[in-house]
Amino acid sequence: MAKTIIPFGPQHPVLPEPIHLSLTVEDEIVTQAVPALGYVHRGLEKLCDIRDYHHMIQVVERVCGICSKIHAMCYCQALEEMMKIEVPPRAKSLRVIWSELHRVHSHLLWLGLFADAFGFEALFYQLWKIRERVMDINEATTGNRVIVAVNVMGGVRNDLSPEQIRWILSELVLVESELKALESTILDDYTVKARTVGKGVLTKEQAYELGAAGPTLRGSGVAQDMRQLKYAAFSDLEFEPVVEYEGDSYARGKVRYRETLQSIDLVRQALHKLPEGPINVKVKGNPEGEGVARVEQPRGELYYYIKANGTKYLERLRIRTPTFANIPPLAAMLPGIELADVPVVVLSIDPCISCTER
Amino acid sequence: MFKITPMTGNVLKNLFTKKSTRLYPFEIREPFENNRGELYIDIDKCIFCNTCARKCPSQCITVDKEKGIWRCDAFACVYCGTCGDHCPTKCLHHKRTWRPVATSKVIIEEQGTPPKPKKKAAVKKEEAVE
Repeated sequence: MAKTIIPFGPQHPVLPEPIHLSLTVEDEIVTQAVPALGYVHRGLEKLCDIRDYHHMIQVVERVCGICSKIHAMCYCQALEEMMKIEVPPRAKSLRVIWSELHRVHSHLLWLGLFADAFGFEALFYQLWKIRERVMDINEATTGNRVIVAVNVMGGVRNDLSPEQIRWILSELVLVESELKALESTILDDYTVKARTVGKGVLTKEQAYELGAAGPTLRGSGVAQDMRQLKYAAFSDLEFEPVVEYEGDSYARGKVRYRETLQSIDLVRQALHKLPEGPINVKVKGNPEGEGVARVEQPRGELYYYIKANGTKYLERLRIRTPTFANIPPLAAMLPGIELADVPVVVLSIDPCISCTER
Repeated sequence: MFKITPMTGNVLKNLFTKKSTRLYPFEIREPFENNRGELYIDIDKCIFCNTCARKCPSQCITVDKEKGIWRCDAFACVYCGTCGDHCPTKCLHHKRTWRPVATSKVIIEEQGTPPKPKKKAAVKKEEAVE
């Protein structure tokens, strides 16, 4: 059979991200996929030469729109460790609450987009309707919907009042009940299963060797979650990483659905255990030395390496994002599937190209 | 064989319940209490200390201490609220509503009374002139 090379992207109706894949196709079956990146590179890492390290919090928040809070938290953690700043316990808990709320809305956004990718518009609308409640919580408690800008060096900027805590808890009950009402559709519907079960299988060994991260890794049966490192206030909260064993697109969707419920539970635990006290400490001086921080984003492990030289400008800022880690597994998933299933499999790793290219 | 999908119940429920969307331009939701909307300055309280301009991550604020002009490039503002946090006289605030859509660049310019120079500085200036 003759080989044909079909370009997928960088503009594709199903994928709002500029990733290009050269697909070698033999009789409608993909035999090879070569990814190409570099369409939206913004050079944020170079910006640390002209913006001081306080300004960079706002800059790294804009690496990715969906997990903005978590990027800023990771950056602050790396610098706080370097400068030996003790963050107050209340600030740590508040950081966990907002980062878990971000995980809920990111997973709901992805579940909706995934349903949209295989043509299930009704499910897409339902999931985004639920997501709107979480966005409202973000807006009411921080002032912005997406780029919340709550992190400062040494803590957080906003506090939660007892009324707000009661309101968040009541909203979370609604989010959870609405999400559980959709459980049978997300997990058992014929349309969902027909398009996802057995598509883009990544075995446990492949996932481990190719360095997959986040739900892609856990969907293949590896119980690895960066929240197990007990950063911020995760040492006080009880949770188990969500693991599925099939390794296909359906398993990755199932991991994200179950993680959404897990995150709602974590927010609730953190709100019940919220300690009293100040929400930030004053920071003096400039950082010097090297710092590393690893946190769990909705998409997987996020890694920050920072080198500082005692001035207010950083010397080096290296960001490794989860989608960057998930591109080699994606190239391994695609061979062997039908051409029509490519968009669903590409979307199943939740690609965020603005994250990957910074 | 025909099988009823789990979504059917949800679809029927949506047909008979209240709409979850608004008729946007005619019906606008009340913004939340702490919403960070458009930035504005209470110019009478401003002491032209330049702190907001230094702390702003997008560098959209410029302050002219001698002429008493506070200027903000409204379209470069990222609504982070850092300027208001660091303002010593707490004269910078966010409105609850967002800036309306515009077709040309908007620069907010406010004219205030600059603080009088301190005595020592004034004397030195006079000496320099002489």
